Amino acid sequence: MNLTLKVWRQKDSNAKGQMVDYKVTEISEHMSFLEMMDVLNEQLINKGEEPVAFDHDCREGICGMCSMYINGEAHGPDRGVTTCQLHMRMFKDGDTITIEPFRAAAFPVIKDLVVDRMAFERIQQAGGFISVNTSGNTQDANTIPISKHAADEAMDAATCIGCGACVATCKNSSAMLFVGAKVSQYALLPQGQVEAADRVRNMVAQMDLEGFGNCTNTGACEIECPKGISLDNIARMNRELMKASLS
Amino acid sequence: MSGFFKSSIGKKVAMSLSAFFLMFFLVMHVSINLLSVFSEETFNTASHFMGTNWLVQFIMQPVLIFGVIFHFVMGFVLEIKNKKAKGVAYAKNNGAANSSWMSRNMIYSGLVILAFIVLHFIDFWFPEINHKYIEVLPEDPTRYFGELQHKFSSPLRVGAYVIAFILLGLHLAHGFTSAFQSLGITAGRKKTLQSIGKAYAILIPLGFIFIALFHHFNH
Repeated sequence: MNLTLKVWRQKDSNAKGQMVDYKVTEISEHMSFLEMMDVLNEQLINKGEEPVAFDHDCREGICGMCSMYINGEAHGPDRGVTTCQLHMRMFKDGDTITIEPFRAAAFPVIKDLVVDRMAFERIQQAGGFISVNTSGNTQDANTIPISKHAADEAMDAATCIGCGACVATCKNSSAMLFVGAKVSQYALLPQGQVEAADRVRNMVAQMDLEGFGNCTNTGACEIECPKGISLDNIARMNRELMKASLS
Repeated sequence: MSGFFKSSIGKKVAMSLSAFFLMFFLVMHVSINLLSVFSEETFNTASHFMGTNWLVQFIMQPVLIFGVIFHFVMGFVLEIKNKKAKGVAYAKNNGAANSSWMSRNMIYSGLVILAFIVLHFIDFWFPEINHKYIEVLPEDPTRYFGELQHKFSSPLRVGAYVIAFILLGLHLAHGFTSAFQSLGITAGRKKTLQSIGKAYAILIPLGFIFIALFHHFNH
């Protein structure tokens, strides 16, 4: 198929970016979106032009590196997939596809479609862990009884790959789905409950410090999340913070 | 606890608590107004009670006004903060793919409601305050029904009220379940409460619209 691409080009973090039109031809419907971007870049390199910078790593939908806001949606029009798992069969011959970086003041553009998502790392460092001795004498986690329900919910929350689609999608650039998932995956398990109050306080404080917006419960993040992280996690984080503030 | 209300989540909770208070007030308001459809006398009695009872006048009324102002001011503060958090806007954004129009436009439905409240205060509240506390006119316990009917004789006013109530319905359609979610009550997004939310968002504005139209055509 032949496509017109409208791609955000920005030289560096200080430059003023703009949308630039490109044509790509003979794109197979079996290609992934990133492979289509590879074709575009090959074309640009052959012409002696600067290729489009974009993030990617595993290309298997699990690392959370690829991003892109495609035709007005984070990771494109498909559901439950990252950009690397989005296939060109989702588009039609002759389509015009708009490709932009994830937008949020807390995710500044580094170059073209690459944004700095280190804010997520700093939130994680503020409390997204449990303090255990890993000297070699670590207790086997299986010796601690955990209900199936809690284990399932914690696992669901832990599937968050931290890609930032929730922030990109949210009209307020709120990071509450991400932080809610990270708070939940520990709050649901006995190992995480010991530090639960400090964790939620510190992670929410860091989230606010990074300049993310406030959740208005539109539910857009849950729909666009490639891992289907539920809004229930935001509600749990709200409860956890209320509990921590009252104690 | 003061630290809690300074956090983003604390502000959500405060917004939600004021919303619950206002939603309770709406039920009370529509219930009393509906009396005017059934009985002029009962409506006058209820209005006279609300207008002269010290608990309503000097405790509940100031709390209500504070609640309304708080909800609006906090709404604006959060909207400005959220706009700043977004930074550069998308060239193409398909919001309809993942969220309802109501949820994305609470600020606009809210602004229409704010404009309505200003009109409503000019229509009813200021004359009432003037009557009772400024000019201190003699109280006639049967005056309320006539005043209500007189206000709804103008088709322009009734039209403005109907439009405002439709926007109120859209605001509530998202706001009802959203208030539960902000308080950490996930049941707000589950079926039963969602149905109650939908019914509430339709019935309350419909009640107000019915009252306005009823008095307009029965004048």
